[in-house]
Amino acid sequence: MTEIDEKVKKLREEFRIFRETDYVYLDNSATSQRPDRVIRAVSDFYAEKNANPFRGVYELSEKCTEEYESARSRAAAFIGAEHSSEIVFTRNATEALNLIAYSYGCFELSEGDEIVVSVCEHHSNFLPWVMVSERTGAKLVKLLPDETGCITPKALRNVITGKTRLVCVTQVSNVFGKVNDIKTLAQIAHEAGALIVCDGAQSVPHMPVDVRDLDVDFLAFSGHKMLAPMGIGVLYAKRDILSSMKPFMLGGEMIESVHWDRVKFAVIPHVFEAGTVNAGGAAGLKAAMEFMDEIGFDFIMEQEKRLTRLAMDGIKNINGIHVIGDQSPEGHEGIVTFTVDGVHPHDVAQIFDSEKICVRAGHHCAQPLMDHLGIGSCTRASFAFYNTEEEVNRFLECLSGIRRKMGYNE
Amino acid sequence: MSDSFYNEVLTDHNMHPIHKHPIDNPNLVLEGVNPSCGDDIVLQLRVEDDKIVEGSFVGEGCAISQASADIMLELIIGKSKDEALSLSDAFMRMIRNEASEEDIELLDEAGALKDISHMPARVKCAVLGWHTLEELFGRKSE
Repeated sequence: MTEIDEKVKKLREEFRIFRETDYVYLDNSATSQRPDRVIRAVSDFYAEKNANPFRGVYELSEKCTEEYESARSRAAAFIGAEHSSEIVFTRNATEALNLIAYSYGCFELSEGDEIVVSVCEHHSNFLPWVMVSERTGAKLVKLLPDETGCITPKALRNVITGKTRLVCVTQVSNVFGKVNDIKTLAQIAHEAGALIVCDGAQSVPHMPVDVRDLDVDFLAFSGHKMLAPMGIGVLYAKRDILSSMKPFMLGGEMIESVHWDRVKFAVIPHVFEAGTVNAGGAAGLKAAMEFMDEIGFDFIMEQEKRLTRLAMDGIKNINGIHVIGDQSPEGHEGIVTFTVDGVHPHDVAQIFDSEKICVRAGHHCAQPLMDHLGIGSCTRASFAFYNTEEEVNRFLECLSGIRRKMGYNE
Repeated sequence: MSDSFYNEVLTDHNMHPIHKHPIDNPNLVLEGVNPSCGDDIVLQLRVEDDKIVEGSFVGEGCAISQASADIMLELIIGKSKDEALSLSDAFMRMIRNEASEEDIELLDEAGALKDISHMPARVKCAVLGWHTLEELFGRKSE
């Protein structure tokens, strides 16, 4: 056993699901598993620090507020934000992207403006822009990937104009697994006078992301894809932009004072966090980020690359399997999506399931991309640092028997 | 469930369907769609004097939806509308794991799909053809 294998084995011991079941969990792009310490952080929060944050003047409420705000600082540090007030807690990346659309897009855009959206986007970074376009009259402009699944600077230059106000693009596509050069795309957007909205749902859990280095205006990501509980996510927005935005939802905790005839809203980020917040989720996210910092992205990336390489090398030797996007493992950030000749993805996933291997089948919430690729659906295996080579080998062994099981003789 | 779920009856009807082709002069035609899976079939029947004299389907989808539709057609061609609908009732009972021995006997090859009762995510695929048939005969689908 190599040193990496030893480390992975030790890390897996921190997950009850790996200790107590023999699932081969390869659907990490959909959601990750959660280690004991994250689950414990949530339960400790409710057992020890539970009160309504921001409201009480008593010690317990202050403890709660402190925990919640320390999670915010941690999230800011995790993505290199300058101020923690640039971090808005949301339910998930979807809500974060909707917040941008409703609080920025609907107010700032109008007829004659253009929104450039890549065709690779998850529905969450597509449908909000369709809504903004319908409400404001701004035109939606399609940005296409190259054959490796990459949104190239050249492609953006081809469609961006002086009318472009927003460029909406994912850092890593949940289908291709290819990393886009967001830093250059942001530069091109800014030169044209546009802002860039970056979907970090598939990147933040798997690589160091520094919002100041990338110079993105908005970044959205979900906690549940990076070891944290479901129901907590993050919107990052540059401070001056966030300050200029209209409230998203109205109600408690997002105000300074309310009278029958006038209201004064709270300052950022609280103005975007109406209602009692998910402080327990934030405590879990904080524990998850601490855990990931402890493991380190060097290790996370090395292990995920290793598994991707093993999977793609193995797939090459199996008849009738086609990887979508880049044909080199280097072009896949832990995500390998494929089709199996003559076998529908739902049957593929069903056969994997019969061997306790969890993979995703379907359109991956990216139907415009499926249309662009000319396929209805496909199957995806997505890896996390806690997956093992043995699991990838089980995946490959099962994959190699699928066409035979479905009646093809080879 | 074991991987034997994809038994020979099922894979055979999927790979070599008997009734997957358009027919001439159908008098009842209806599309059935599973939005979650993307299964999409068009059922075509020619019914004369209350008898299904010819039937077929075209479309695409997973093996379960395709094989199930093919097996269904094999069962209902030559039957009356009421006979076809009682077969459908028997099939639905099988999917709910409530089928009697007579049901299973009646369903013949469709019995190859009985393990679907343990696979909630795939029920929609198995019943797509049957639901489309019921709708074609004027029954409201659930």
